[in-house]
Amino acid sequence: MLHDLLIAPFQDFEFMRRALVGTLALALGAAPVGVFLMLRRMSLTGDAMSHAILPGAAVGFLVAGLDLFAMTLGGLVAGVVVAVLAGLVARGTELKEDAALAAFYLVSLALGVVIVSLRGSNVDLFHILFGSVLALDDAAMLLLASVASLSLVTLAVIWRPLVMECVDPNFLRSVSGAGGPVHLVFLALVVMNLVGAFHALGTLLAVGLMMLPAAAARFWARDITALAAIAVLVGMVSGYAGLLVSYNTELPSGPSIILVAGGICLVSIFIGPVGGILRRLIPARHLEA
Amino acid sequence: MPALTFRTLTLGYERHPAVHHLDGSVAEGELLAVVGPNGAGKSTLLKGIVGALRPLDGVIERGGVKARDIAYLPQIAEIDRSFPIAVYDMVAMGLWRRAGLFGAIAGTDRARIKAAMSAVGLAGFENRTIGTLSGGQMQRTLFARLLLQDARLILLDEPFTAIDARTAADLLALIKRWHGERRTILAVLHDLETVRAHFPTTLLLAREPVAWGPTPQVLTPDNLLRARHITEAWDDEAGVCERAA
Repeated sequence: MLHDLLIAPFQDFEFMRRALVGTLALALGAAPVGVFLMLRRMSLTGDAMSHAILPGAAVGFLVAGLDLFAMTLGGLVAGVVVAVLAGLVARGTELKEDAALAAFYLVSLALGVVIVSLRGSNVDLFHILFGSVLALDDAAMLLLASVASLSLVTLAVIWRPLVMECVDPNFLRSVSGAGGPVHLVFLALVVMNLVGAFHALGTLLAVGLMMLPAAAARFWARDITALAAIAVLVGMVSGYAGLLVSYNTELPSGPSIILVAGGICLVSIFIGPVGGILRRLIPARHLEA
Repeated sequence: MPALTFRTLTLGYERHPAVHHLDGSVAEGELLAVVGPNGAGKSTLLKGIVGALRPLDGVIERGGVKARDIAYLPQIAEIDRSFPIAVYDMVAMGLWRRAGLFGAIAGTDRARIKAAMSAVGLAGFENRTIGTLSGGQMQRTLFARLLLQDARLILLDEPFTAIDARTAADLLALIKRWHGERRTILAVLHDLETVRAHFPTTLLLAREPVAWGPTPQVLTPDNLLRARHITEAWDDEAGVCERAA
């Protein structure tokens, strides 16, 4: 019985196995990146950049149809361009970075939908907006695995200066010139993970497996390493449970995964031991010292 | 040989000078207080020395000390204290020059970190996150990091602001210990009593240098009044400065 419910779907169907491996890889790379985005108060930046990828991917689609390589390349280029442009506009004008990003991503989203509509059907549009986690081919799997591997290795390399850049950028600047490059590498990681997630979850939900696990983890741990580990775990559980929910109820799979992640996040907000609502409502007796 | 020499140094933002035509030098082993009203360019001067700000004009000669070999205490307000990092790790940042990206923190380093934390009175705080520290404890943490940096030139930006008397006294004792070890120290301070009591030399800055020399001769009522009157204003219509560099 339990076997039928929890394991059989993956045993019986290859597309379910692929979807599972794809989401696990995605969670592994995207969740730690999401933790840093959250801690740097850049959650909305991630959201905006995931939308910004759309016109690039759409141009790739226009040129080559639903081709992995073309859409990935287009998405990467668009993501980097918008990240740099938003930074320049914020630095060079009176517009703050969040306003600049909001402006860019609204235009990007509209532009992307228009470009896709030039050639594709509504089915294509749906595919691009919400992804197709149940239709991951070999190339897409390889891409997701590569993104996850590259993310983990890169994070391991830049971990120390990235943490220092977050906590005390002035100090890092006084001992090392690594601050600027580390920030750029980190932005590149964000774009890379979003482009990977785009294939599985679509442009509208790509940021979900990045930010929701990070937000949930905040209520379970105080330490940065623990935060990253818990976020990865939450992302993986969401992927697994979301796929099962979608299999058993015939709901669309991408949104199911994100809803499960959202559910875990909501539960964490209530019962999480680190500043959860329940802890605040039922205060324990204060300590002696 | 002086530790620091400024030659018609002008530092600022968007071409507006915050430190204007500063000339002079800081001797090796000097304990120098930098005082002046808000907006006088004190923090700007430290940022210039540490290399975070490129001079608009003039030069800073560091007498062979590289920018990276300077220990710098930033203003506490510029640190993100909500970031979940342990006090121990925060202090360990002081080992950056030795450890860098990958270098292991070896047993001797761990002993040094522990010793630095004890020296500032934070033994037992290793696993606390910095968000749980009081203002004084946070400043002690930053001093422990300075201890580990073991630098010949130490720059302190308002080390005693919003700190209680006992903590200030403890940290002042550390500064005196560094002074005894012939390290060169520049400290931006607001409390003139502290300056008079503990700092042999003083630079009174009000964008332009007002006075620089032995503390009793610098902190005269006359000089302080002049410092207060030199304008803080940012003049959008200001013309180009024609003073020869």
